[in-house]
Amino acid sequence: MDGASTSQILQYLITGITIGSIYAMVAIGFNIIYNVTDIINFAQGEFVMLGGMSMVLFHVILGIPIIIAFLFTIILVTLVGLIVDRFAIRPIRQPSVLTLIIATIAVSILLKGIAMFAWGKDPLDLPAFSGRTPIQLFGAVIQPQYLWVIGLLVVTVLILTFFFEKTIIGKAMRACADNPDAASLVGINVKKMIMLSFSLSAGIGAIAGIVITPISLMEYDRGAMLAIKGFSAVILGGLGSFPGAIVGGLLIGIIESLGAGLISSGYKDAFALIVLLGVLFFKPSGLLGNIEISKIKRF
Amino acid sequence: MLKIQKLHIGIFAFFIISFPFVISRIPALGNYTNIMVFAGIYTIITIGLSLFIGYAGQISLGHAAFFGIGAYTSGILTARFGINPWMCLIIGIFIVSVIAFLVGAPSLKLKGHYLAMATLAFGIIVYIIFNQELEYTGGPDGMTGIPGLSLFALKLNSVEKYYFFVWGIVFAAFLFTINLIQSRTGRALRAIHASEAAASAMGINVPRFKLIVFIYSAILASLAGSLYAHYINFINPSSFDLFFAIKLLIMIALGGMHSIWGAIVGAVLITFLNYEWLHFFKEFEVIIYGAILLLVTIFLPDGLVGIPGIIKKFVKRKL
Repeated sequence: MDGASTSQILQYLITGITIGSIYAMVAIGFNIIYNVTDIINFAQGEFVMLGGMSMVLFHVILGIPIIIAFLFTIILVTLVGLIVDRFAIRPIRQPSVLTLIIATIAVSILLKGIAMFAWGKDPLDLPAFSGRTPIQLFGAVIQPQYLWVIGLLVVTVLILTFFFEKTIIGKAMRACADNPDAASLVGINVKKMIMLSFSLSAGIGAIAGIVITPISLMEYDRGAMLAIKGFSAVILGGLGSFPGAIVGGLLIGIIESLGAGLISSGYKDAFALIVLLGVLFFKPSGLLGNIEISKIKRF
Repeated sequence: MLKIQKLHIGIFAFFIISFPFVISRIPALGNYTNIMVFAGIYTIITIGLSLFIGYAGQISLGHAAFFGIGAYTSGILTARFGINPWMCLIIGIFIVSVIAFLVGAPSLKLKGHYLAMATLAFGIIVYIIFNQELEYTGGPDGMTGIPGLSLFALKLNSVEKYYFFVWGIVFAAFLFTINLIQSRTGRALRAIHASEAAASAMGINVPRFKLIVFIYSAILASLAGSLYAHYINFINPSSFDLFFAIKLLIMIALGGMHSIWGAIVGAVLITFLNYEWLHFFKEFEVIIYGAILLLVTIFLPDGLVGIPGIIKKFVKRKL
């Protein structure tokens, strides 16, 4: 496009990286549950939605200071993740891929309905963490909140890396991902690890929801779209791959932002999905690859 | 087996034929025949989808889009270009089978959740197209002026006439699908559901059979879409959104995904919930749907049609 100047492209890139950081967090959440349980959790986007909505409840409606509200929100959504595993996933008697997918779809519309009931249908706003005075950079505008989003992605990734590499629980979770039977033989409680994986990815989803709400508001039905874009990031990076989730998320964000800016804003939501279909059809192992691909496991 | 099926089919046919006559005598249920037309249209989709989900063990969230493509093909070609409705119905089926082939062929080679996500992504893209291409689809406001259908000289211009027409097609699709299940294809599908590896060791071309059923179910969805467009003469994208795709899944899970009868029971029940019984809950019906789907998945994996079997087992254990 001849209309787009360099500063405009830069603007699209910055916006893309910001929204891409959110997709990366959703993708990490997908991967944690998938690696431990083989389940694709269709309710992953609902955790993000609940994060944003709960933060508005604690901070704006109840007036709790931002840091405490942040902690409350993460604890609440983590509990939701735990409840989802305990009361929706674990009770299933014949856990096939098909029934597990259906169960997580059920959970996602249930959470959506409950959110509509609790918060109503209007989008909710949250004040930006450090004001809304934009920063100018080579003709592009950066909202301070963008830096919070990117920063929190970095912090989340660092904490998770430490957790999986250095702590005993993190190592136990990795063992479950490698081989659940062998893990239980060495005394790891696999059920607890599954529950932990749901709580952990719910918590990460909550962080994503909290930081994105000041930029794009939050409403009860945002979950599905966030989930499918996060999943596009997962597939683009390679299912189950931790670095893949980050690369995939950022790329999806940038593609979406450039596509909306340069090609068509009406089709903004379609770009990530077209990438998803393209990767599935032509290179289902994703950019960074994954070992399990195409192995017929249960279906 | 076949004999019992005949008895069931006879009762089913009797129920369908007598329904409007009984309903017309009860003024309080005056709208029920109209709702049954929609139930019939949805049943056409669920019969095919149940074959794909229950018998082939796959999952699709894209059938709302196939339904929509059928409806919009009929709508656009009749209302904007004045082409014969029957011709449009066939064009819709042709377009949908090509698309189903293009979407299905690569993703059916992959594991279950890949297909679920691929069809979900496809469904959302189609939904966005319906909303964006204002010139043809009318965008979010939808399009009006879609003509009704006529069968030779007979104009299908009353609810009762359309009712018999739609349920006649349901019946035909039902019989055809039952026959398919009891044929070589049906046995191959059951083998695939039990174990893909074992099925392919027995010489069954697994991806090919899955693809055939996927296209077959997409064709039924497109057919249903055309019938839908000609019945209400107005379509808008919200009838073909993600929530509708999930509702189709709920219909099949509630009725029982391992049985074609389940597809009929589920479609009729959910349609009545949707159009009549859940009005009290307004938009909070989504909670009810979520609860139904979750409870059925956990406690009734064989759906409502599985209940007689559970009772039989229970009685046997007591004796």
